[in-house]
Amino acid sequence: MSQDIYVVIEHLRGQVADISYTMLAAARELSRATSGKVIAVLLGHNAKNLARDFAADQVLYLDHASLAEFTSDAYQKALAELISKDQPRAVLFGNTSIGADVASVLSMRLGLPLVNSCRSFTSEAKFISQICGGKIMAEGELPSPTALVTMVPGGYQPDQGKSVESPPVTESAVPALEALRVTLSKYIEPESADVDISKEPLLIAVGRGIQNKDNIELADALAQAIGGVVCASRPVIDQGWLPTSRLVGKSGKHVKPKIYFAMGISGAPEHVEAITQSDTIIAVNTDPRAPIFNVAKYGVEMDIFELVETLTETVKQAK
Amino acid sequence: MMNIVVLAKLVPDLVEELTIDASGAALDLTFARWIINELFDDHAIEQGILLKERSGGTVTVIAPDLEGADDVLFTAAAKGADRLIKVRSDFSAANNHAVARAFSAIIKGFQPDLILTGVQAHNDLDGSAGPLLAESLGLPYVGYVSGVALADGKFMVKKEYPGGLIAEMEVTLPAVFGIQAAEQPPRYVAVSKVRQAMKTSSIEEMDASDLDLSGAPEIERMFQPEAAAHAEMLEGTPEEVSAKLVALFKELGVL
Ligand SMILES: Cc1cc2nc3c(=O)[nH]c(=O)nc-3n(C[C@H](O)[C@H](O)[C@H](O)COP(=O)(O)OP(=O)(O)OC[C@H]3O[C@@H](n4cnc5c(N)ncnc54)[C@H](O)[C@@H]3O)c2cc1C
Repeated sequence: MSQDIYVVIEHLRGQVADISYTMLAAARELSRATSGKVIAVLLGHNAKNLARDFAADQVLYLDHASLAEFTSDAYQKALAELISKDQPRAVLFGNTSIGADVASVLSMRLGLPLVNSCRSFTSEAKFISQICGGKIMAEGELPSPTALVTMVPGGYQPDQGKSVESPPVTESAVPALEALRVTLSKYIEPESADVDISKEPLLIAVGRGIQNKDNIELADALAQAIGGVVCASRPVIDQGWLPTSRLVGKSGKHVKPKIYFAMGISGAPEHVEAITQSDTIIAVNTDPRAPIFNVAKYGVEMDIFELVETLTETVKQAK
Repeated sequence: MMNIVVLAKLVPDLVEELTIDASGAALDLTFARWIINELFDDHAIEQGILLKERSGGTVTVIAPDLEGADDVLFTAAAKGADRLIKVRSDFSAANNHAVARAFSAIIKGFQPDLILTGVQAHNDLDGSAGPLLAESLGLPYVGYVSGVALADGKFMVKKEYPGGLIAEMEVTLPAVFGIQAAEQPPRYVAVSKVRQAMKTSSIEEMDASDLDLSGAPEIERMFQPEAAAHAEMLEGTPEEVSAKLVALFKELGVL
């Protein structure tokens, strides 16, 4: 049993993910409340140098050929052993394609409590989780003995989890990783795109409020009039109304335009995390309580279909 | 012949106003409208039916007995599901650990080759149903999946990473996958077909063992986030708002 806070570092093809630094920052805050240390847990193969800039008191490095790339089975096995042996106060995972495949499984396997979707900790070591698409926060005591926690971005700046001084790295034993049921066969690169929305200065974004494929034309017309590019939230992309290269969000691109003009987008956390670098967000939504209005600088509470054609005409006349 | 089971979770509709109950630590669900965890479980059902159409097999859809479950199950039947199951227990206050344990006891009896569920739901406070279920069954799990194929006795799944990168993972049978998106948008079924399914198919009811709620954190307080800031709202008729927006575009230097 210790009071230490473990952070499971996420990295993909040689690149440490931002959420890892966000979690190191969160762990620092939590460790003050528990009077423990911040320990980064790095799994990989010949990947020790990734730990250079971690703001951690110590790095536990688990090296194994089967940990070279993320696979759920190998990560679960290696971490199950480490957590049962060390019994830290908490283990932080990203609520991501990597962490979410591991944390819940370990909770069942080890009989340890799991806090999902945590955004921040209070100075009394309470967790604050974000649920219901960002509309509700839930707070509680960090469960005992070892709390497994998945973290979402937004509560801490990744920069706070970086350090100019390299932390000490200790190699940690890796259990036999045999008879793995999940293996990586290959990576498939994203399809090449006609435009790179992460570089566009003016984005007209549409969400589920646009209702159907034909209505995308209304957004296209506005984009053409004003000289912008159309992008979308996930449901629009999943319906096949626009190509994947136009997806804004956690699973798509992060964008930083001068203007992000969002129509019929609720502002779910998975969408919002990718637009906060925009200079000015303007949102049109019929729901005055839509969370998008909390990140937008300007808002319009109106039906898209009452506004968009008039707006397009007004833009054309103004040119 | 693949034996496919799809777990459909029901969640309170976010379109309705959410309120917190008198305890201050839970959502008031008295008037909640329970709908399918639509963004993801709809895709899980679609993926199951696509696989059945491609490789043969049966699709069993299993849902907790909450209001709205019949709708979800008959709609799945209209899309091509073969067997519909409703699990009885007091699920309105259950957490995902409890749901996973209760459902795994039932699903084990079906000896499935493949179990699909939505990658997450908006009210997951104690982890997601898919990986919790997988571990309860002792099966491998891969989440954020947007494509499943069967090749040489193994599953090949497409797992999503940010920015459109996909990892193709090879997974032994049987397995549990958390579906982010089906290979095709979920098919639409007309209400008339759902009505027909109500007549031609039936829902089997099964009882869950006592719910074991351990594994979830205790919630002391729920609240609506105070926004750090709120948008300045532009009011008026569509013409007036358009004029204000155009003025703003000019001010920001894009027009
Ligand atoms: C692992 C994971 C990754 C994800 N990645 C992404 C991602 O990369 N990008 C992403 O966007 N989402 C992502 N999501 C999904 C995310 O959780 C939300 O479900 C999604 O962002 C919601 O999209 P939306 O706002 O378009 O739809 P909804 O949430 O359904 O909102 C529609 C909005 O339109 C408004 N509206 C309806 N009709 C009108 C009208 N006529 N006029 C004006 N307003 C109207 C409604 O009031 C509502 O606010 C991810 C989810 C998961 C679990």
